[in-house]
Amino acid sequence: MSDERNLDLLETKIEELKQLNAMDGMDLSGEISKLESKLEELRKALYSNLGDWERVRIARNPKRPYALDYIGAIFSEFYEIHGDRMAGDDRALLAGLAKLDGRPVVIVAQQKGRSTEENTERYFGMTRPQGYRKAMRAMRLAERFGFPVVTLIDTPGAYPGVESEEGNIGGAIAESLLTMARLRTPIVTVVIGEGGSGGALAIGLSDRLIMLENAVYSVISPEGAAAILWKEKEMTQEAAAALNLTAQHLTDLGLVDDVVPEPLGGAHKDFDATAQALKQSVVRALAELAALSRDDLVDARFARYRAVGAFRELTPTEHADDVRAESAEADTTADSADAPDA
Amino acid sequence: MSIFKDKQYLRVNVDNVSDDSLWMKCKACGELIFKRRVRENNNICPNCGEYFFLTVEERIEMLVDDDEFDNISKSIEASDPLGFVDRKPYQERVEEAQGVTGLPDAIVVGRVRIGGAPVILGVMDFRFIGGSMGSVVGEQICHGIETAIEERLPFVLVSSSGGARLQEGLLSLLQMAKTVAVRARLADAGLPFISVMTYPTSGGVQASIASLGDIIIAERGAMIGFAGRRVIQHTLAQDLPEDYQTDSFAFEHGAIDRVVKREDLREELATLLGFFVEAA
Repeated sequence: MSDERNLDLLETKIEELKQLNAMDGMDLSGEISKLESKLEELRKALYSNLGDWERVRIARNPKRPYALDYIGAIFSEFYEIHGDRMAGDDRALLAGLAKLDGRPVVIVAQQKGRSTEENTERYFGMTRPQGYRKAMRAMRLAERFGFPVVTLIDTPGAYPGVESEEGNIGGAIAESLLTMARLRTPIVTVVIGEGGSGGALAIGLSDRLIMLENAVYSVISPEGAAAILWKEKEMTQEAAAALNLTAQHLTDLGLVDDVVPEPLGGAHKDFDATAQALKQSVVRALAELAALSRDDLVDARFARYRAVGAFRELTPTEHADDVRAESAEADTTADSADAPDA
Repeated sequence: MSIFKDKQYLRVNVDNVSDDSLWMKCKACGELIFKRRVRENNNICPNCGEYFFLTVEERIEMLVDDDEFDNISKSIEASDPLGFVDRKPYQERVEEAQGVTGLPDAIVVGRVRIGGAPVILGVMDFRFIGGSMGSVVGEQICHGIETAIEERLPFVLVSSSGGARLQEGLLSLLQMAKTVAVRARLADAGLPFISVMTYPTSGGVQASIASLGDIIIAERGAMIGFAGRRVIQHTLAQDLPEDYQTDSFAFEHGAIDRVVKREDLREELATLLGFFVEAA
């Protein structure tokens, strides 16, 4: 990432030159435009052929816009609600009412912190059981009043500490999935940064999955995969590539409905443009879903998840003889990932 | 009888009881024991009460009436959708696991009777890539539940899994959503789901289907939890209580209904199913 630092440096220099240019009446515009095109060139070289690991780095970049940034830019009148009515209020998962083009929606969003203090308060964006229980509360509220739900995923994963296990974090994730599977109102999910495993999916069982171009979504972090499968930390980059965790890979697997483009270098380089593009994608998805009856909506969501998976007809081998199923249905195998495109 | 027997946080020993040798040494008590006696004792050490691992076949024999298991598993296997290679190609891992277990993947589903009650039973095998849930396991669980719905039967799942199958990436993660969505249909049909957690029930399986039983029973010695011990110690450097993620920990914190000894499990399920027979 030292290349990125050089880019930032160059960008600062150009800004300084521009200020000089304005102050002293000197004409530096020739120099400035030369440097600007140089900057653009370097930026393209650095970012247009991003490896999967570089995407992970961008997805985790502390300059990256977080949920509250998007909420502020896309929605109006965000009215945050708090607490799971049982154990507490998780600051790593926000829930609330808001308006999208004047219409009420319910937002459920994972929020990372920027400062050390904020990160302590927000557990570095790792959701605890009370967070998922608050999410369920908010989603049921949406259902009661017929508001659509928009969930924003950005978490390294569910918080893995002792207090999480004491609060049955696994059970909370499972219950959240069940709540979403049955929810009789539209749900649109956006992965804005890191989609970290079950802790992300827990608010991601929805009717549409949107990903920002540099967001990632994975069953495990590249570091975790390297440690468990390769038993070598140094294999993190290889693990990132093997996991197929980028928006593009996941689109190729048929698992993502829309990818929202980001400016070169990531969403933070032009936040307004990214937020507006994301807004359009969300509005479009909600408009499509609004056309469905509640029954059709829930049925389509069921069909979408029922179809996910990749397997093939069992090939005969000696050892599997005694356990092979007698009555297999012919129409149930698939060689590639079935696209959940309901 | 050693005091170990009463220790709630006993872990199940994964030593293989089922290979061909006649004798084995119990790691817990050090006693040299005759394997046939271990097998006759539900793979529990006759000397000290240590639990050994059960294969799918042994688990089924232990639970069902008359050893009768009508295998309804779909005839499918993993297709390696990502072309995943870590230290070994995924395909090779699958073939090895098939060789060791004699199973196409980490689960078998079938039609059985337990205490006279007909049920659809799914049993997972930890020896098959850690009992991990990829597309095949997810599909078989759904197929089992859907058969239960068609035939108006209860569904019983005996979990033994480290979580999601990493080599299938997000497709594995989404099996959590898939099994939960199908589980909702079982509830809509008014049919019971009994989840039996055994050593270990963790990660993506614990955080989805296994935690959604109408009743959740843990076999004694089960390890139950979401994030593995190592993850917690690495990411947070927290000290963990001695009984962390054991059956008694899960019980004390209200995550499960009951903890049952292995030898009592069949009777327990029979009794429990008796309440639902009319509903089914």
